[in-house]
Amino acid sequence: MPARVITITSGKGGVGKTTATANLGVALALLGQRVVTIDADIGLRNLDVVMGLENRIVYDIVNVVEGVCRLRQALVKDKRLAELYLLPAAQTRDKSAVGPEDMVQVCEQMRNDYDFVLIDSPAGIEQGFRNAIAPADEVLIVTTPEVSAVRDADRIIGLIEAKEKGPARLIINRIKPDMVKRGDMLDTSDVMEILAIDLIGIVPEDEAIIISTNKGVPVALDVTGQAGLAFHNIAHRLLGEDVPFMTIKDTSGFLGRFARFVRS
Amino acid sequence: MPDDRVLIRGTSEGLVITLGAGDLGTLLRELDERLSSTASFFRGGRVALHVGPRELTTEELEALGQTISRNGVSLWAVIGKNAATQAAAEALGLETTFSSQATPSPAVASPPSREPRPGRDEGPVLSGVEGQLETEVEDAALRLAQDMDLGVLVRRTLRSGQVIQHPGHVVVIGDVNPGAEIIAGGDVMVWGKLRGIVHAGATGDDGAVVCALSLAPLQLRIGNHIARAPEGREGLPERPEMASVQDGEIVAEPWEK
Repeated sequence: MPARVITITSGKGGVGKTTATANLGVALALLGQRVVTIDADIGLRNLDVVMGLENRIVYDIVNVVEGVCRLRQALVKDKRLAELYLLPAAQTRDKSAVGPEDMVQVCEQMRNDYDFVLIDSPAGIEQGFRNAIAPADEVLIVTTPEVSAVRDADRIIGLIEAKEKGPARLIINRIKPDMVKRGDMLDTSDVMEILAIDLIGIVPEDEAIIISTNKGVPVALDVTGQAGLAFHNIAHRLLGEDVPFMTIKDTSGFLGRFARFVRS
Repeated sequence: MPDDRVLIRGTSEGLVITLGAGDLGTLLRELDERLSSTASFFRGGRVALHVGPRELTTEELEALGQTISRNGVSLWAVIGKNAATQAAAEALGLETTFSSQATPSPAVASPPSREPRPGRDEGPVLSGVEGQLETEVEDAALRLAQDMDLGVLVRRTLRSGQVIQHPGHVVVIGDVNPGAEIIAGGDVMVWGKLRGIVHAGATGDDGAVVCALSLAPLQLRIGNHIARAPEGREGLPERPEMASVQDGEIVAEPWEK
C-alpha cells in the first residue's frame, strides 16, 4: 500500500505541531509502521532537535530539491527505531527555497517505500504552509484550548477545505483538566462547537513534554505518561482502530491522588 | 426603467454595469453617484460594462473607465452590439466578451464549494475558480456575486477569514464563526450560530435585517449603523433573534412568528 502523506499544521505557532509530529512518528514506528517525518519549517528547523537527531544531519530537503544529493542520502535514520526516518529542513535557507511542486515530488518518491509520511508544517498561512499542505492526503490540525489558537485553526480548516484535501481532523493539545474544571479554560466541547471537525486526539498538558523536547527523547517512546499514551492512541486511530478517548485525569482530585499513590 | 439608467448587478461573470438610454454625461454623473454611495461594497472589485447598442468612442469609454476606477473598481470588459464600440474597447485593451475571460474578479469569485447548487449552470465560473485557487487560496475563500436580484444560499459553515460579499440577500445554513465576514446588499439570515462580522444593507439600506438562530456577532452593521457585542457577555443566546435599525440604533429582538 502506498504511503499516506499526513500534514500536521495549526496556523498559530507554539501549539505543538512539532511535538505532535515527532511523537506520532515514534508511536507509528513502534506499531511496526515505516515512517518518514519531514520538517517543512525551512529556516527554523526544530523537528531534528525534538527527535534528538540534530547531530546526524548531513543533507537536508533543500539539497534534495536542488539535486545536491539523493533523497536516500538526506534521510536521517532514528537512533532508537529501525523504521523511523527524518527528512530535515535546511537551517540556512528560507521557505522560498522549496515550492509546493517540489514537496509533492519528494513525497511521491517515498510513496512506495514507507507507510506514513508525516509533514511538520511551519506556523502561518504563507508559503511554508502551502508547501507543507501541497502533498498531503490527510491533514491533522493541532490546537490548544485557547481562543486565539482555535481562531487560527478555524482559518486553517477553511483554507484546507478550499484545497479539497479531505476532512481535516483535530488534535486538542495541552488541556489542563484542573483549569477546565474551574471554568478557566475552554474544554473539548467548547473547541469542537466552533471547529466542528472530527476529533482524533486529546493530549493533556504534561511537564514530561518539556523535558523530553529538551532531551530529544519523544514522550511516545514510553507509554506510561499521559501525553505519551495520548499520542499512541492517536497513532492507533490513524491506523483505523476505534480507541476510546481517555478521560483526562485531574491530578489534583481524588482519582489523581489515588493514581499517584499507586504509582509511587 | 427611467430610474435605472445605470444598473449594477452581480452575475455569474462578476459585477456588471448596464448603461441604459440617455445622454452620456447624465449617465456618467449617475454612475459616479451610484458607485460612490456604495463605495465600500464595490471597492477592489472589477466590473464589466454592458452598453447595448450604444456607440461609444475611445474617449467616451476612457471617461467611463475613469469614473469607475475613481471609485476603486476596475473596468475589464465592455460588452456591446455596436462594432465601433467594440473596436474602441479593443483599442483600450478591454475584453469584449465574457467567454475569453472565464476567471471571475478577485472580489467576486464563487465559493470553492463542492456542494452542488441545483439549477445553476456553474461550468465556466467553477473552472475559473479552480484556476484562481492555485494562485491565491487565502483570498479566494468565499467571495461571490451571483443573481443579485435573488440572493445567495450558502450551505456550509463560514470559517475565520472567509468572506461572503453579495449584492443581494445572504442566507447561510451553517454557522458563521468568529473572524468570518458577510457583506450583503440586502438581508442576512443565518440558520445557525452567528459569531462573525455581518454588514447587512451594505449599499446604505437601513431597512435591512439580520437574523440568526443564535445571534452573537462580534460586530453588526446595518446600513450606516454599527453595533458591537456587549462586553463580557458570556454564552450564546438560546433563542433566534432578529436585528434591525430602530430610531437610529441597531436593536435585537426575539425572532418569532
